[in-house]
Amino acid sequence: MANYLIKRLLLVVPVLIVTAFLVFLALHLSPGDPVDVIVGPIAPEEVRDRVRTRLGLDKPWPVQFLIYMGNIVQGDLGQSILSKRSVTEMITEKLPVTAELGVAAFAVAYLLAIPLGTLAALHRNSFIDWISMVLALIGVSMPGFWLALLLIYAFAVNLRIFPPTGHEGIESLVLPALALGLPRVGKIARLTRSSLLEVVDQDYIRTARAKGLRERSVVSVHALRNALIPIVSLMGLDLGYIVGGSVVLEAVFARPGIGDMMLQAIYSRDFPVLQGGMFVLALAIVLSNILADVAYVIVDPRIRH
Amino acid sequence: MEETYESPVPASVVESLEGRHIGRRAGVWARMRRSPGAMTGLVIVVFLLVVATAADLIAAQGIDEQSLLEALLPPGSAGYPLGTDEFGRDMLSRIIHGSRVSLQVAIIAATVSAAIGVTLGMISGYFGGTLDHVIQAAVDISWAFPTVLLAIFLVAVLGPNLGNVMLAVGLVYWGGFTRLVRGQVLSLREWEFISAARTIGASDWRIMFKHVLPNIAAPVIVMFTLMMGDAILIEATLSFVGMGAQPPTPSWGSILASGRTYLVLAPWVTLFPGIAIMLTVLGFNLLGDGLRDALDPRLR
Repeated sequence: MANYLIKRLLLVVPVLIVTAFLVFLALHLSPGDPVDVIVGPIAPEEVRDRVRTRLGLDKPWPVQFLIYMGNIVQGDLGQSILSKRSVTEMITEKLPVTAELGVAAFAVAYLLAIPLGTLAALHRNSFIDWISMVLALIGVSMPGFWLALLLIYAFAVNLRIFPPTGHEGIESLVLPALALGLPRVGKIARLTRSSLLEVVDQDYIRTARAKGLRERSVVSVHALRNALIPIVSLMGLDLGYIVGGSVVLEAVFARPGIGDMMLQAIYSRDFPVLQGGMFVLALAIVLSNILADVAYVIVDPRIRH
Repeated sequence: MEETYESPVPASVVESLEGRHIGRRAGVWARMRRSPGAMTGLVIVVFLLVVATAADLIAAQGIDEQSLLEALLPPGSAGYPLGTDEFGRDMLSRIIHGSRVSLQVAIIAATVSAAIGVTLGMISGYFGGTLDHVIQAAVDISWAFPTVLLAIFLVAVLGPNLGNVMLAVGLVYWGGFTRLVRGQVLSLREWEFISAARTIGASDWRIMFKHVLPNIAAPVIVMFTLMMGDAILIEATLSFVGMGAQPPTPSWGSILASGRTYLVLAPWVTLFPGIAIMLTVLGFNLLGDGLRDALDPRLR
């Protein structure tokens, strides 16, 4: 197990380097001069050259990349062209905002989906089963930001229970968490259902029942725990979904998180922020994939290599 | 597989096996007809095709017609069954025209994705070795980013127009096809008709395209259908953040974006394009699931 882990961790570095390189390449080959963004298109040549030299943009780009990677190792992700702030500082400030939305959305999705899926498995072909299937299909087909706007209209504009935008207090987290979490409920519930159905046929369940355990304890303790194994790997996939979803939702709900930062950086062609942000996000996803794999191995007692 | 193999199968029989589908096509349609989900999906997709193709004929207004005096009228107003937007444009017409954009993106993006992914997957599975490792590493890297963000990033780099949206979406999703096809090819590689074809001297490329490809077509078609739904969702997201179709071309996502400004005054500008997106993607998902169940019931 330790060998597997070490091998996976070793792969992280080359994947990150190649990813950083691709992002770097894409940015530097794209039309649009970052110097224009800073000094404006009508600035005289000497000013532009001075800015270019100061930012190190006059060096050949392979050199620029090496300098950049060297800086990353020291924790320096560069400086925002627009706000002059350190990119590392910006990310450290905004990551918790996105993270709290992510955790809340996770909670919403799994706390609703697992009971729903369990009920669907226990009462096959009933109304609950049908509802979970419909929810799954609708959730996957619906644009997340549309749900967000509908929720804002219903709860913030009309009922005035929750604030429509902003970042203060736990009330402002409710609507975004619902918008990000609800679309996943159906799919997770379906997976719980099918996984549970598979487990329930196994011999150890029959043994538990034969021992005389109450049905409720059979289901919740023995069946569910084993059924949740594939759910764990789904959680790994969900991280990518959460980050992607938060990009647009943070714009809709005016939350100052990573997604919002990336979007602003794209609009204003703020290269350093874009590079730094993509790098950190790639790192987060790669690490969380490894974490999900490890969790899977821990949770499933049958896999022990 | 490299030793000489005395094939008992005459060359003529091997030739006749070329392109043969192992799918029992007659049974597929019968199975689909029995599934209400699949048929609903099919109806929705066909409806979309018809509406998108005949958009100019069906829609009451063209793309450019504005009528500022009639801005933000609620649904049910005279001549505007779904209301009007902030420029007085008929919502129903805009949504009809928007279907064209959605369909174009769905088809082209999924095709780009499949073309890249299937080819790489076949190469990866068939040849194996270092090439396989390299391609798989590339897939891993393409998955290291959240898809929406990657698409937004690509469009920002290439320039925000519809063509780049289709390209970007295609570039984001090819990994799925590659993994799928590679797995299929790996299991097919051992089949006898492959080694039979090799012994009569068929070249690798010929084997891949005439023998392997028809047999992996079924799951690829399923993935293609589901991908079209995903492509529409991503295009809507891109247009919503301003990176997609540019005005005056109506895209359901950009209509939603303008609806956001007028959410309190005119919620219908937000409601209807969203319903259109949801129903369309639902149609593709139902059709894809139905195809998957019909093409290989063993997988249920």
